[in-house]
Amino acid sequence: MALDRWIALIILGICLVYGYTAWFTMDDSLAPFMRRNPIWPSTFPKLLSIIGVVASFVIVLGFEKSQGHNPEIDYRRLGDYKVGQVVLLLALMVGYALGLRPLGFIIATTGFLIIGSVILGERKWQLLVPVSLVATLIVWYLVQEVLGIFLSPWPRLKGG
Amino acid sequence: MIDGILLGLQTAFSIKSLLMVIGGCLIGTFIGMLPGLGPMSIIAIMIPVAISMGEPSAALILLAGVYYGAIFGGSTSSILLNAPGVAGTVASSFDGYPMARQGKAGKALTVAAIASFCGGTIGAILLMVFAPALSSVALLFHSAEYFALMVVGLSAIAAFAGSGQVVKALLMTVLGLILATVGEGALFNMPRFTMGMMDLQSGFGFITLAMALFALPEALFLVLKPRTHEDQAAGEINNLRISRSEAWAIAPVITRQSIQGFFIGVLPGAGATIASFLGYAVERNIAKKEEQDQFGHGSVKGLAAPETANNAACTGSFVPLLTLGIPGSGTTAILLGALIALNVSPGPRLMIDEPQIFWSVIISMYIGNLVLLILNLPLIPYIAKVLMVPRNYLIPFILFFTMMGAYIGQNNSTELLMLVGFGIFATALKFANYPLAPLLIGFILGGLLEDNFSRSMQLYDGIGFIWQRPMTLALLVVAVILVVLPSFRARLARKKASSVEQ
Repeated sequence: MALDRWIALIILGICLVYGYTAWFTMDDSLAPFMRRNPIWPSTFPKLLSIIGVVASFVIVLGFEKSQGHNPEIDYRRLGDYKVGQVVLLLALMVGYALGLRPLGFIIATTGFLIIGSVILGERKWQLLVPVSLVATLIVWYLVQEVLGIFLSPWPRLKGG
Repeated sequence: MIDGILLGLQTAFSIKSLLMVIGGCLIGTFIGMLPGLGPMSIIAIMIPVAISMGEPSAALILLAGVYYGAIFGGSTSSILLNAPGVAGTVASSFDGYPMARQGKAGKALTVAAIASFCGGTIGAILLMVFAPALSSVALLFHSAEYFALMVVGLSAIAAFAGSGQVVKALLMTVLGLILATVGEGALFNMPRFTMGMMDLQSGFGFITLAMALFALPEALFLVLKPRTHEDQAAGEINNLRISRSEAWAIAPVITRQSIQGFFIGVLPGAGATIASFLGYAVERNIAKKEEQDQFGHGSVKGLAAPETANNAACTGSFVPLLTLGIPGSGTTAILLGALIALNVSPGPRLMIDEPQIFWSVIISMYIGNLVLLILNLPLIPYIAKVLMVPRNYLIPFILFFTMMGAYIGQNNSTELLMLVGFGIFATALKFANYPLAPLLIGFILGGLLEDNFSRSMQLYDGIGFIWQRPMTLALLVVAVILVVLPSFRARLARKKASSVEQ
C-alpha cells in the first residue's frame, strides 16, 4: 500500500477517535439548560468527523487515482537521501526545546547552531564558533531590546 | 472612496509605513532568494515581529512588503539557479534560466522586475475597483451566507488542487478544521478535545502550525536532498538594461497577463501557480510561429508572461481576503491569521470600520512594487551573494528561526515540541504528496466557519437556515458540485479511454 493510503488510514483513526468523542462522550458534561440550544459544542465536530471519515475512506480504498509520492523526493528511495542528518537535527530541535529554559537562551542557541552545523558536516571550528555566538547575541539583542520580549539569557541557578 | 484613498495615502506615506515597505521588501527578497524558502515560510517567520508592533496597518504593510519581496526573490533564484522557491515561480524558470545560461542574467532579472512591477501595479488598480464593489455586495450577507461562502471557498481550494488531489485536499481541509476545534471556543466557554492538557486550553498556535507546515518541511527537504549540481549561479549579473524592441515585445504580454492573472488570483485556491502556468501557455499559443520556437530557450515573452501573471494573481488573492475575510491561498491565510491576532477582522466591514487599514494596504502595494523596481533591482547583484552562504550554516539558522517564531508567539517550550511533532507529520504528508496549504486555510477559517454556522443555527433554531435562505442553499450546492465534479469528470475520461482501447 502506498504511503498516501497509510497516512489516510492514520487520519481515519484520528477522525474516528475525534468522532467518538464528539458523538458519545462530549455531551455528558453539558449543562441541562445548554441542551435546549439548537447548537451544542459537539455539533460542528460531529459534522467534521463524518466528512473526515468519508474522505479518508475514499483515499484508503483508492477510489481516487493519484500519484502517491512527492515528485521531488521519492520516499521509496529514502535510503539515498540524508535521513540520518534529518533525524539528528530533529533530535537536536527537541533537545533545544527542553534545554532552552534551564540553559538560558545564549548557551542553548549557540550550542544549537554549532551542533546543527557539525551534524551537516561543518568542521571549521575557528569560523563556526564565532559566527554562531555573534548571531545568537544579535538575535537576543533584537528580540529583547527591539521587540521587547523577555528571553532569559543565562542558566537559571535557582528555581523561579 | 476618495476619502478612503486619501486616508490610505496619509497612512502609507508616513515615515514608519515607508520604512516598513522598504524593509519588508528587502527582507523578503533576501530570504526569498534562498532556495527552499517560499513566501509562506518567510511570512510565517516574520509574523511575530509584525504582531509585536501592535499597529495593524503597519504590521500588514510590513507583511505585504515581505510577500512581494519574497516573490521577487523567488523569481531571482529560479532565474539564476533554476531552483524555484515556490510553485508559483516554476514557470519563470522555463525561460529565465536559459536566459541566464546565455549570459543574459541581468536582462532576465530586469524583465522579471518590470513584469512583476506592472503585474502588481495593474493588479492593485483592479483591486481598487473591484474590492469596494464586492464588499458592498458582501455587506448584504448574513451569517448563513457567510458560512456557505466559506464552505464554497474551502471546496474550491480542494477542487482546484489538481487531478487526483481533490479528496486529499478535502481531507487536509477537514483536518485543519478539526485542529481548529481544539481548545476553548468563544461561543461555548468549555474546553474541547484538549485531552486534559493545559497547554491545549487555548488551542494550537497558528504560527506554530504555519511554521510546522511550511518552513520546517522545506528545510528538512533541503537537508534530505542537497542541490549539489545547481549550487553555482548561472553567471555574472551584469548589464541590467533591456532594448526598446524587447520592451515593445513584452508590453502586450504584460497587459494581457495582468488582467488574466488578477482574475485567476481572485478565485479561491487557484492562485499564483495556475495563473503563471496558464499565462505561459496562453502566450505561447498566441505567439507567432518563430517566437513560439523561442519559448523554453530564453524568450523574453516567455519570462514576462508568468512573472506578470504571478504577481497580478498575488494581488488578486487580496480581494477575497479584504472583502470577504476568506483567504484563497496559504499566504493570505497566514495574513488573515496575523490580522485576527491583531484584533482586526477582515471582511466587508473592514472598509467601513477601519478604512485606513484597507486603503493603506492597497496604497502600499504600489509603493512596494516601486521599491522592488528602483531599489531591489539595482541591489540584486549584491543580494545574490546570499546564495553563496554554505548550507551547513544556512539550515541550522532556518531551523532556529522557525523555532524562534513559534517560541516568541507563546513564550512556551511546549510549543517547540508541538512544532517538531507537527513538522514530522507535515513532512510525511509532503512525502505522500498531500497539499499542505488547505490544512492551514482550514485551521484559520475553522473558528470563523463554526461561529457563523452556530449563529445561523441559533437564529433559525436548527438546520432550517439552509433551505430558508435560497442564497445559502445555492452556495452550498455550488460547493458540492465543485468537489464532486472533478472526480466525476476524471471517471468519465477514464471510461472513455478504456472504451477507446477496447
